[in-house]
Amino acid sequence: MNADIASNALLEQRLALHPQVALRPEPFGALAYHYGNRKLIFLKHPDVVRVVQALADHDTLADTLRACDIDPARWSSFERALTALTESEMLHERHQDPPG
Amino acid sequence: MSATKTHLVEKLKGGLDAPICLTWELTYACNLECVHCLSSSGRRDPRELTTDEAKAVLDELHDLQVFYINIGGGEPMIRRDFFELLEYSIARGIGVKFSTNGAFIDAEKARRLAAMEYLDIQISLDGTDAVTNDAVRGEGSYDMAIRAMNHLRDAGFGEFKISVVVTRHNVDQFDEFKALADSFGAQLRITRLRPSGRGADSWHDLHPTQAQQRQIYDWLLANGDNVLTGDSFFHLNALGEEPLPGLNMCGAGRVVCLIDPIGDVYACPFVIHDEFKAGSVRDEGGFAQVWKHSDLFTELREPQSAGACSSCGSYDACQGGCMAAKFFVGIPLDGPDPECIYGHGEAAMLAASAGDRPRPMMDHSKPVRVNAPARVPVTIGRR
Repeated sequence: MNADIASNALLEQRLALHPQVALRPEPFGALAYHYGNRKLIFLKHPDVVRVVQALADHDTLADTLRACDIDPARWSSFERALTALTESEMLHERHQDPPG
Repeated sequence: MSATKTHLVEKLKGGLDAPICLTWELTYACNLECVHCLSSSGRRDPRELTTDEAKAVLDELHDLQVFYINIGGGEPMIRRDFFELLEYSIARGIGVKFSTNGAFIDAEKARRLAAMEYLDIQISLDGTDAVTNDAVRGEGSYDMAIRAMNHLRDAGFGEFKISVVVTRHNVDQFDEFKALADSFGAQLRITRLRPSGRGADSWHDLHPTQAQQRQIYDWLLANGDNVLTGDSFFHLNALGEEPLPGLNMCGAGRVVCLIDPIGDVYACPFVIHDEFKAGSVRDEGGFAQVWKHSDLFTELREPQSAGACSSCGSYDACQGGCMAAKFFVGIPLDGPDPECIYGHGEAAMLAASAGDRPRPMMDHSKPVRVNAPARVPVTIGRR
């Protein structure tokens, strides 16, 4: 699959933190630990943490980035960071509507 | 190393709000008496944390969001409340990996362990044959470990770990260790021998030779993605263009620490000595106070001097090596690692007289019995 298509698809995805993942705030951002696959991932910027935590409150990733006031010039770096989080199963696709 | 990774390492050096890799030695009691035991274990310490105290520590670790802990000893399964603490920890959301010599894993215990979630087991084995292993870990310890691994496999535990400490006698067995691990569906873990605990005496005769360092580096580079190392070989990184997988830094007091059986908190599992004791979980404020505010840990999180290594072009690659390894051979902390690939460590050790070597503290070795058979067929020389 073409990388651009994949990342565009990610922007339109309805993502959420996997229920087995815990986030721990740290000075540089946060640590994410997946109790299921035991992976430990560093979220290296506080804005990434903010976006990840807000995912469940918005429809798509693009909506979340807008709601979190992330400059569109930075969206591609967020897509890369969140792609890595999806690959490690820290994030997964939601199937139900967001609450509220 | 990528720019992002370097950036991250710099941040990690400043310390985390809670440790990532916390080792908790539950007891100094042990059925074995390995010649390289980093905690000089053997006899139980009467001041050992009680069950209630241990649970209070777990409550604290839960509040600090410590995701998992590494439990060791001594032999942790000797504690009567071992399963109680294991279950309590997991129920509090703290995963457990525990190290054991396997003596107490029978068929029934293996089934009990297999039924638990968020649990890893690490069986210690230092040779792929009884002669090599038992020379270091004691007679019968090879059979003991293999028996435990068979029980875990039969109980359907899944992927456990086989944990190897590298000595000059088992470097040639890496491929065999890997094959053994594969045959059990286990993961191999290979870590560095340190001159800590009883290792202070045996290290000089057991540590890999200079020629073997290259062999270790090459093997880990070829196999490293599937083999755990505790990131303990970064002192070898200057041997090639490519660093070994893992974080290239000393984590002591920054992302790593040790809680010993009586609740004392040290910078890492390899420095059980007053100089590296940051406090106690029994002090006011408990573990969190020690981790966040102790003088020692604050100091370790400050930028460290490259000292004698500052003129060496490889300092960025090896970071001056392991603090614990230097300390127990009498090399200053800003000196070269005793196993420096350029041999600077050899010279520094020669410069330090034997009298400069700090003796390990907290020796819980069993008293030597008169007329007792020799513990291990290894010559323990003092140079």
